[in-house]
Amino acid sequence: MSLENILLFKLYVITMPIMFLIGIYAIMTTKNIIATIIGIEIMTKGVTLLLAACGYFNGRPEMAQSFIIIMIVVEVVILTISAGLIFNIVKKHDSLDTRNIRNLKG
Amino acid sequence: MSFSLAVLIPLFLVLFFNLPFYKVSGKIAIFIASLFCIIQAFSFFLPITANCPISQYFMLDFQCDGISRLMLLTTAIVAFSSLLVLYALEDTDRKQFNFVNLILLSLAGMNGLFFVRDIFSIYVFIEVIASTSYVLIAINKDKNSLEASFKYLVMSSVATVMMLSSIAILFLVAGSTDFVTISSMYQQYSGNTLVVVAIVLFIVGLFIKGGVMPFHGWLPDSYLAAPAPVSIYLAGIVTKTTGIYTLIRLFYSVFGFNTSIQSILLIFATISIVFGAFAAINQSNFKRMLAYSSISQVGYIVLGLGAGTTFGVAAAIFHLFNHSIFKSLLFVNSAALEKQVNVSDMNEMGGLASKMPITSTTSVIAFLSTAGIPPLSGFWSKLMIILALWTADLKVFAFIAIIASILTMTYFLIMQKKVFFGKLKEGFENIKEAPLAITFVSILLCAITVVVGIFFPFILNGLINSAVSF
Amino acid sequence: MDSIYVHIILLSLIILFAIFAVSYARVIRGAILLGVVSMLVSISLFLLSSPLAGIFELSVCSGLITVIFVSVISLTIPPDDKQRKMNAISMVKKMTLLFLLVLVCGFSLYVLDSKNITFIPLMQNVQESIDTRDNIWNLRHVDLIGQALILLTGIFAVVVLFKKDTNKDKK
Repeated sequence: MSLENILLFKLYVITMPIMFLIGIYAIMTTKNIIATIIGIEIMTKGVTLLLAACGYFNGRPEMAQSFIIIMIVVEVVILTISAGLIFNIVKKHDSLDTRNIRNLKG
Repeated sequence: MSFSLAVLIPLFLVLFFNLPFYKVSGKIAIFIASLFCIIQAFSFFLPITANCPISQYFMLDFQCDGISRLMLLTTAIVAFSSLLVLYALEDTDRKQFNFVNLILLSLAGMNGLFFVRDIFSIYVFIEVIASTSYVLIAINKDKNSLEASFKYLVMSSVATVMMLSSIAILFLVAGSTDFVTISSMYQQYSGNTLVVVAIVLFIVGLFIKGGVMPFHGWLPDSYLAAPAPVSIYLAGIVTKTTGIYTLIRLFYSVFGFNTSIQSILLIFATISIVFGAFAAINQSNFKRMLAYSSISQVGYIVLGLGAGTTFGVAAAIFHLFNHSIFKSLLFVNSAALEKQVNVSDMNEMGGLASKMPITSTTSVIAFLSTAGIPPLSGFWSKLMIILALWTADLKVFAFIAIIASILTMTYFLIMQKKVFFGKLKEGFENIKEAPLAITFVSILLCAITVVVGIFFPFILNGLINSAVSF
Repeated sequence: MDSIYVHIILLSLIILFAIFAVSYARVIRGAILLGVVSMLVSISLFLLSSPLAGIFELSVCSGLITVIFVSVISLTIPPDDKQRKMNAISMVKKMTLLFLLVLVCGFSLYVLDSKNITFIPLMQNVQESIDTRDNIWNLRHVDLIGQALILLTGIFAVVVLFKKDTNKDKK
């Protein structure tokens, strides 16, 4: 593998933890329920990139593509469920504030 | 019975229930689904053929070994009890119908998870189980259950992201995601930083899904807020399959053991056992206490796995089976209490043993089994875990396991004293025993605990040793 | 293989937009920025020789998901200015994010630099390339069954969560 490719690979591998951190940060600090889901989506985008990069660099992009396609389907379903939950939470509390959903303590 | 049918039948049942030509009522759906559960449970005792014409048509390359079969049995028993409790507690027809469909989808996902030998497929099936659980928890759409479900969704999605990035790295190095390729890759590159990071990420993801102690935040909430049949299903099998079974499968058939991974498992298991038990002592809510006790018992399973021998794996899988049975029994009893007494705070209960004899007797047996009193089933599995640790020269952890067992005893004694024994509280004079379906489930699960305990020597050879060949 | 600078620019744009998406107090802007991130990711997937996945990402993630987000947001009541001010993330927390980002970047660079990672199978020993569609249908059919299950779950989620309880059920 050429030096340029290794550098590129490192760049893609580093992107993943950064995206993960941004997502975790969004989940931890936000006061809005929808922003939590945006954080999760950003983490998922990072994983998508990592999977594609892995497929590209070990020479099996077609396999990585099928992984990504299946992953996107799963992601959409999970997002639909979370949209349903948010819709109901908002109907119950009349606001998007996450402080409303802190009644249960671990 | 061909084992790929275990995945295909529930899928087709769901499609069959929802055809537009006729209307299936909730009761009939429950009946058909429980029939399927009974067949699945009995298929454990039948020889399993590898393939049948249907599965060949679908080209499913499923594999089945002893662990998968034991898990099939456990899943069938827990799902059956959950369905019966649903029949007893829920009287809205449409809710029953939706519930049965979701349970069947979840069952199909679990059975698939037991048979696949590919880490990406593991991810897909775990997501199937998880997404059905989100909907099941929130099925009543009240404030607490929505909140618990949302919390579970967020935590579980973070875990999923971790697992997927781990899968990506393993795929990068091995070039494929099936177990054989990854296993041979791991022998070659076991010291590589990226691979180690990938494995740690996978373990942490599974810990979050299984509710091991530092990552347990969502678990008591979900158990508490979910409707009773769902909390039986969740506590009995969902967290055990998505988290702990996958962990066992991963180390048993893919990575094998080495000291650094063993020490990660042992440390988290110890934290989970000890702090779970202490947290359980402080709880006043019945279901919440059971949830923390569940965390503590999951710690035992991981501890058995952490011994790193095949005997340890056998102990872990046997404790998983026992734990599923007696934890579902306790949650069934909590459902009975919830239905009859309508109070969930333990301080407000008391003296219910005279009014609800079956519920109290079965929960005494379940708690004795959890605490590890001979000759009940929990004793044998704990003994196996301790022996596995002892023979693996991890004597400190064996001692911790023994001492924590006393803690388990403490909190269950407190619970028994508060809820069932003592003087009958005022206002409880008219309480009756739970409905027939619930007491039937209690007696069934209790019988399994006792029988497995008494006939353990026979079961050891027939069941556990065949599950994990020494 | 394109120039490496294209990749670098794309990745830094993705990270930049991701940070913007989480730091806006108005969620609707966050959702739209997420769509932009998704679009950039799909371009990146195209460069990484997975065009089919790129199309999926573009149509589903930056299209459908943004639509879902926007419709959920528009179903809810927007917060007034006072609440928005209260909800805004403080400067200290933003700086913490920056600090953590630098830390993680440095750490991952260190990890990747210190160890040799040339064990990755080289580009030239590619097996005879299989078409993605064949790959899904022939090798990953187990996952397709999982997909069918999860789609059915999604349908039931919509039925359970979005449908109103009728009066007949409430009795």
